[in-house]
Amino acid sequence: MEWEVVIGLETHAQLKTKTKIFSGASTAYGAEPNTQACEVSTALPGVLPVLNKEAVECAIKFGLAIGAELPKLSVFSRKNYFYPDLPKGYQISQFELPIVGKGKVTIQVPETKNQPAYEKVIGITRAHLEEDAGKSVHGAVEGMSGIDLNRAGTPLLEIVTEPDMRSAAEAVAYAKKLHELVQWIDICDGNMQEGSFRCDVNVSVRAKGTTELGTRREIKNLNSFKFMQQAIAYETQWQIETLEDGGTIEQATILFNPDTGETKAMRSKEGANDYRYFPDPDLLPLEVTEADKARVQADMPELPLAMKARFESEYALSAYDAIAITSSRAVAGYFVDTINAGGDPKLAANWVMGGITAKLNTEGKSIADSPIDAATLAQLVKRISDGTISNNAGKQVFEAMWTGGLDVDAIIEEKGLKQVSDTGAIEALVNEVLAANQAMVEEYKAGKQKAFNALVGQTMKASKGKANPAQVNQVLKKKLDA
Amino acid sequence: MALTIHDIKRIAHLARIEINDSEADKTLNKITGILTLIEEMEAVNTTGIIPMSHSQDVVQRLREDVVTATNQRETFQKNAPTVGSGLYLVPQVIE
Amino acid sequence: MINQSLKQLSQMLASKEVSSVEMTQTFLDRIKQYNPDINAYITLDEDKSLAQAKAADGILAAGTATPLTGIPMAQKDIFCAKDWRTTCGSKMLETFIAPYDANVITQFNHAGAVNLGKTNMDEFAMGSSNETSYFGCVNNPWDLTRVPGGSSGGSAAAVAGRLCAAATGTDTGGSIRQPASLCGFTGLKPTYGLVSRYGMIAFASSLDQAGPMAKSAEDCALMMNVMAGFDERDSTSLNHPKEDYTSKLNQPLTGLKVGLPKEYFAEGLDTDVAKVIDNAIAEYKKLGAEFVDISLPNAGLSIPVYYVLAPAEASTNLSRYDGVRYGHRAAEYDDLMDMYMKSRAEGFGDEVKRRILIGTYVLSAGYYDAYYLKAQKIRHLIADDFKAAYKKCDIIMGPTVPSTAFKTGEKTDDPVAMYLQDIYTIATNLAGLPGMSIPAGFSKSSDGKDLPVGLQIIGSYFDEARMLNVGHAYQQVTDWHTAMPEGFA
Repeated sequence: MEWEVVIGLETHAQLKTKTKIFSGASTAYGAEPNTQACEVSTALPGVLPVLNKEAVECAIKFGLAIGAELPKLSVFSRKNYFYPDLPKGYQISQFELPIVGKGKVTIQVPETKNQPAYEKVIGITRAHLEEDAGKSVHGAVEGMSGIDLNRAGTPLLEIVTEPDMRSAAEAVAYAKKLHELVQWIDICDGNMQEGSFRCDVNVSVRAKGTTELGTRREIKNLNSFKFMQQAIAYETQWQIETLEDGGTIEQATILFNPDTGETKAMRSKEGANDYRYFPDPDLLPLEVTEADKARVQADMPELPLAMKARFESEYALSAYDAIAITSSRAVAGYFVDTINAGGDPKLAANWVMGGITAKLNTEGKSIADSPIDAATLAQLVKRISDGTISNNAGKQVFEAMWTGGLDVDAIIEEKGLKQVSDTGAIEALVNEVLAANQAMVEEYKAGKQKAFNALVGQTMKASKGKANPAQVNQVLKKKLDA
Repeated sequence: MALTIHDIKRIAHLARIEINDSEADKTLNKITGILTLIEEMEAVNTTGIIPMSHSQDVVQRLREDVVTATNQRETFQKNAPTVGSGLYLVPQVIE
Repeated sequence: MINQSLKQLSQMLASKEVSSVEMTQTFLDRIKQYNPDINAYITLDEDKSLAQAKAADGILAAGTATPLTGIPMAQKDIFCAKDWRTTCGSKMLETFIAPYDANVITQFNHAGAVNLGKTNMDEFAMGSSNETSYFGCVNNPWDLTRVPGGSSGGSAAAVAGRLCAAATGTDTGGSIRQPASLCGFTGLKPTYGLVSRYGMIAFASSLDQAGPMAKSAEDCALMMNVMAGFDERDSTSLNHPKEDYTSKLNQPLTGLKVGLPKEYFAEGLDTDVAKVIDNAIAEYKKLGAEFVDISLPNAGLSIPVYYVLAPAEASTNLSRYDGVRYGHRAAEYDDLMDMYMKSRAEGFGDEVKRRILIGTYVLSAGYYDAYYLKAQKIRHLIADDFKAAYKKCDIIMGPTVPSTAFKTGEKTDDPVAMYLQDIYTIATNLAGLPGMSIPAGFSKSSDGKDLPVGLQIIGSYFDEARMLNVGHAYQQVTDWHTAMPEGFA
């Protein structure tokens, strides 16, 4: 039987606020334990929550960015369960009426051996505001767990998809797209190591062609795309094998072990979860007005899809290049800065993707760490497009700048890379080459196009690579066809 | 919806309150009386009535995103049963 | 001094007839003398109280005093007061030292009032007799074998026994008004949202409201001037313009339309209590008030609705008491689960546990709609009844409690009977309306004791100033509010 995997994601994005969702305690990462745990974070008797305006604006921003419904009123509820890192014994979350309703995210699934790249629209069911829990620290004191409440109350936006994904690749493409988007609109720092962006993945399988959903298992807290890929692949295989062996899947929460590459069900929590959700009486309904939406919209950067379309039409970039350039706001910004500094768009795109980001990727760095700034790259691009140097010489300049100085012209000078564009000089070179390679000339005249290319190569070689290839072509053609 | 001892024990567990058999039995008696009182509600027709959470028709006020809290760990932890290395200590949590 | 109004005490301080330190000492001495009989206070700290009095004397000398500067007040032990033990009447918080001030405490501190001590109360404010306190029951100064009412029983006994100039209380279903009725003084539960709940340990968040407990309506007005006000730390605090609650005290009552809900005079009301209320109505007629019959058809459902909503909210409000960050932790346990189960079983008393269990049950999967949601809907009907009634009248009157103070232990085994104590007070909490109880006379008990009876005055939203006016007018022509229990003079 052929199987189909059905995947949905729940992502917790920590919102980039200075303070917690319900109190004025700092959310800065990495402080000494419990030094950012105020009365409210510690749930002292008598304390009350007051909602952070910035957290609400982040949620609105996200809703607008995915074209979602933003209902006029949403409601905070209490999700009740006991855990030592949950100081109130309940989490303030949104249940029946979330701040963000249905929306969608368009993903690009990269090509594989068997399949070309494709786009797909993933439905967003909802996104709601809630507070993060604290952290349990193990091993600080022998045989005990330590509770650090610095993180307790950090605002989270939980983003829930429809079960729209059909492969690990789609799930990862979605997670990456969402990861880019929340950073693009500047509501989340996207730091997965620090837990700012965490994914829970619901996986089920069913016979291909059927419509009923299979029983799902939820892989919790995946904090890297690589692990997500591995976990889904393993889990899918496990579920298929279990069913093929005549077994059944039971709903469960599972964890992925990166060391073994396997998923495993968590020790089942005591009894079935009964969270006893009800509206939090300490908070009133949250209103989002048209004016609120307009204010947030005014602050919204151009979104990746719109920017991609603009780059295609305005700069004649290929769809492939436009997608790549708009893969992150920082890269797009770098590209725009390069153009604004006078760089030719098409060449700039090639250099941003093939030069800067390729290099950064191999070094595991982000664009902010690029040793070459946009203005300098623009200078390099200009020297290529004005014919001062060839594209190949450009690569040498680029390499030199990556590790050394940033004066494009000085490097060209120092390395003697200036292109020969003087027609007289090129003609002299061509004459030498033609004289020395009569056999090739004959071949060309006999109709062998390959011979022409070889003559171009010889001329370039004779110029030590400095001759302007376009001019060489032109002069050769003129002379040979004369 | 008659409650049983089993229900009482389940609820007590959900509420994290240890309860022995004789306590559960006593509690069942009293809670059953209270639920009988509560079930007067059943007779009321509430079709189309909007649930009321708050007496005033007001919406949530928002707080500016400004840090106002200072570190009060030492003061707060004076009330804690067990602390160490700045952490509140509890028996080992098993995931 | 002890029977003087707040205004008179303030004048005594202003005229230097007595210092705040002396006044505070007088009350502290009375506490030493009488508290063993009535157990009104859980925590006293003479040094702290006297230090505050001394500071108040400084303010008085500097001429920057406000009406409550230097006045010794008792604070219900539900309010967190910085560096004071704050127990909420529970073993769970037996050793909890509050690291911050509740808004109510802050307001009294700003006013320069003196905190005499923290008063006894039903555990987590759950009770109508003060018998659920971990720190022992409180005795009613009018008859030490009877309960003072609850949950603000300690504040009630302290006011009645003149062990403070006035006190604070909180009222979730009647916890200010019922003890005011049973102990013979004036107590006001304001409109929900008028007094900040910040730092007031939560019982049922959507119903809890703090208010004054004092000898007279005028005293309550002066306290309201301090307690009421917008607080940005409480999302349910209402941004209502600041009022002077004494400003309308002396308005005539001519033409005041008073509604008498027939449901509050039906079966279940003690005949002696009914007689006292009738006399009060007659007195009000003399003052120019007009009476109309009204109906609150859903009022009878208040108790069922309340015993769904209050325990539901309480069950989760009390989840924070888990023995991790503060509060009682069992001495021995096997693991984390065992620690939770034992700490909470030991730290909470029977009534609190019962209500946590009811609340957990009504919120649990499969029951939410039938209980919680249904109760929220009926709550709407109850609030609508009042809205309709206020089209016919300005104010509503009736008994506060169906009967007078009962004997300690009489109802402890019958929670349902105990809950009926609040049958006339709960509806106002559900609707969020202000309610007040003023002493209206006495009823002789079967064993020959004179027991106070309270008249309840229910106002429309934010109508506290008028209610206080209605109470004050009555207190100008009667002296029930100045009567002191025998043995406490």
